[in-house]
Amino acid sequence: MAILEVQALSKRFEELEVLRQIDFSLEAGEALSIIGSSGSGKTTLLRCLNFLETPDAGRVLVHGETVFDAAETKKLSEAALRRRRLHFGLVFQNFNLFPQYTALENVRLAGLLLAKERPDFREKRKEIVAELNERAMFLLTDMGLADRAGHYPHQLSGGQQQRVAIARALALEPDILCFDEPTSALDPELTGEVLRVIRSLAEQRTTMIIVTHEMAFARDVADRAIFMDGGVIVEQGPAKEVIDHPREERTRQFLSRYGGLS
Amino acid sequence: MIGTVLGALNQGFLKTLQLFGVTLLGAIPLGLLISFGSMSKFQPLRWLTRTVVWIVRGTPLMLQLIILYYVPGQIMDASPWPMGENGRFLASAIAFIFNYACYFSEIFRGGIEGVPKGQREAGQVLGMTRGQIFFRVELMQMVKRIVPPISNEIITLVKDTSLARIIAYEELIKAGYDFLKGSHGYSGLLWPLFFTGVYYLLFSGLLTIAFNKTERRLDYFKV
Ligand SMILES: Nc1ncnc2c1ncn2[C@@H]1O[C@H](COP(=O)(O)OP(=O)(O)OP(=O)(O)O)[C@@H](O)[C@H]1O
Ligand SMILES: [Mg+2]
Repeated sequence: MAILEVQALSKRFEELEVLRQIDFSLEAGEALSIIGSSGSGKTTLLRCLNFLETPDAGRVLVHGETVFDAAETKKLSEAALRRRRLHFGLVFQNFNLFPQYTALENVRLAGLLLAKERPDFREKRKEIVAELNERAMFLLTDMGLADRAGHYPHQLSGGQQQRVAIARALALEPDILCFDEPTSALDPELTGEVLRVIRSLAEQRTTMIIVTHEMAFARDVADRAIFMDGGVIVEQGPAKEVIDHPREERTRQFLSRYGGLS
Repeated sequence: MIGTVLGALNQGFLKTLQLFGVTLLGAIPLGLLISFGSMSKFQPLRWLTRTVVWIVRGTPLMLQLIILYYVPGQIMDASPWPMGENGRFLASAIAFIFNYACYFSEIFRGGIEGVPKGQREAGQVLGMTRGQIFFRVELMQMVKRIVPPISNEIITLVKDTSLARIIAYEELIKAGYDFLKGSHGYSGLLWPLFFTGVYYLLFSGLLTIAFNKTERRLDYFKV
């Protein structure tokens, strides 16, 4: 069964229809890249999945369980909403690290706050905190940042900050990790280190959705690709096919404009 | 003579400090409340608050003080303020608190609106509650943005307390000036008035040191 099913998702901002009848699904362990020109609705789609925007129509299912249904009118409690949104993680274009916390604290914070709600937190406080520290440290080490754990965001390069942000998102073990143009705020010489960690996540079969303008990356790392234009999915399929041999004229035009094909 | 003068000036300074302290205690929470009003989603409230803030910031505090102290008595043909120094203190405190609350509210609003919305969104995506996002993520960033402009306002307040002299509140400047006009058996003494400057200098110097320390304590991160 698909880990994620998105059914007929639509979103409008006043008169502007930004997403129209978006349908796709994702298998566990798959990486999906989403490409498309500016304004085609890629960010909005990720924001809808992460409950930062509320779609006007459609459904989202994770593991076959409905996590969002526009037809469901009763308002969710904050706790229920949180449980649902934790299925997803999001890495932002501009990192959005918390500036007053060190890299380690950034990675650990949300987990610590969740742990505090556990009934046994008081008695097991020490072990829980030690465990969270260890996990945060493990993730930072994985990102090649073991020696930067005590640094504050402003003391890190953009590439390092984005890798901390990835570790922070991974710390909550989301079912599906979303990336919104993770390298487009970076100087060109720093994109490589970020793309490398995403690539290694793909090799570890992390389920991911990656919005990117790096065509070669989208093709090589992702199993599947979606090309969006004007709020609709124009074409989807195996990443290599969509990007190397697009069937649709609009996809071809986009790809040739982006010069993404070598 | 010096003893008498210093005694009187100390008295005046104490009154200055009282007005200063009460203003801070009242204006900070009231300012926060006003800033919420000025950011309200309910448009009439936002409009009303911003108009009031505009009027209060756009007219001299001295004028507000005079109006508050004298006009009610004119209208009601008996002043609502308690007799004597108590009434003058009360009127001054209210005028100062309201005036400074309006200034503070703009600073708070800047501090609150200055936190990028990506910070809240990052917290939301990580499953934090509104409360957690406010207290764990946004608050420190607001404080860091607010401390320098609030410090400036507070230093200004030290000196602005002398405006209360206009309704004869017996603060430091009045205490000094009285030696020129005649008090405690002296008259025509100019130096006590000048000497009040030393009090203001020392006090604002002390505050400046404290504020610099606070700013340095927040230097470990950048917003
Ligand atoms: N909060 C909003 N209010 C109104 N319009 C919005 C809002 N957010 C996005 N839009 C509009 O929706 C459309 C899709 O925006 P979106 O950010 O999803 O595009 P995108 O594919 O991510 O583009 P880019 O490649 O530039 O990041 C754009 O026309 C944008 O102006
Ligand atoms: Mg975008």
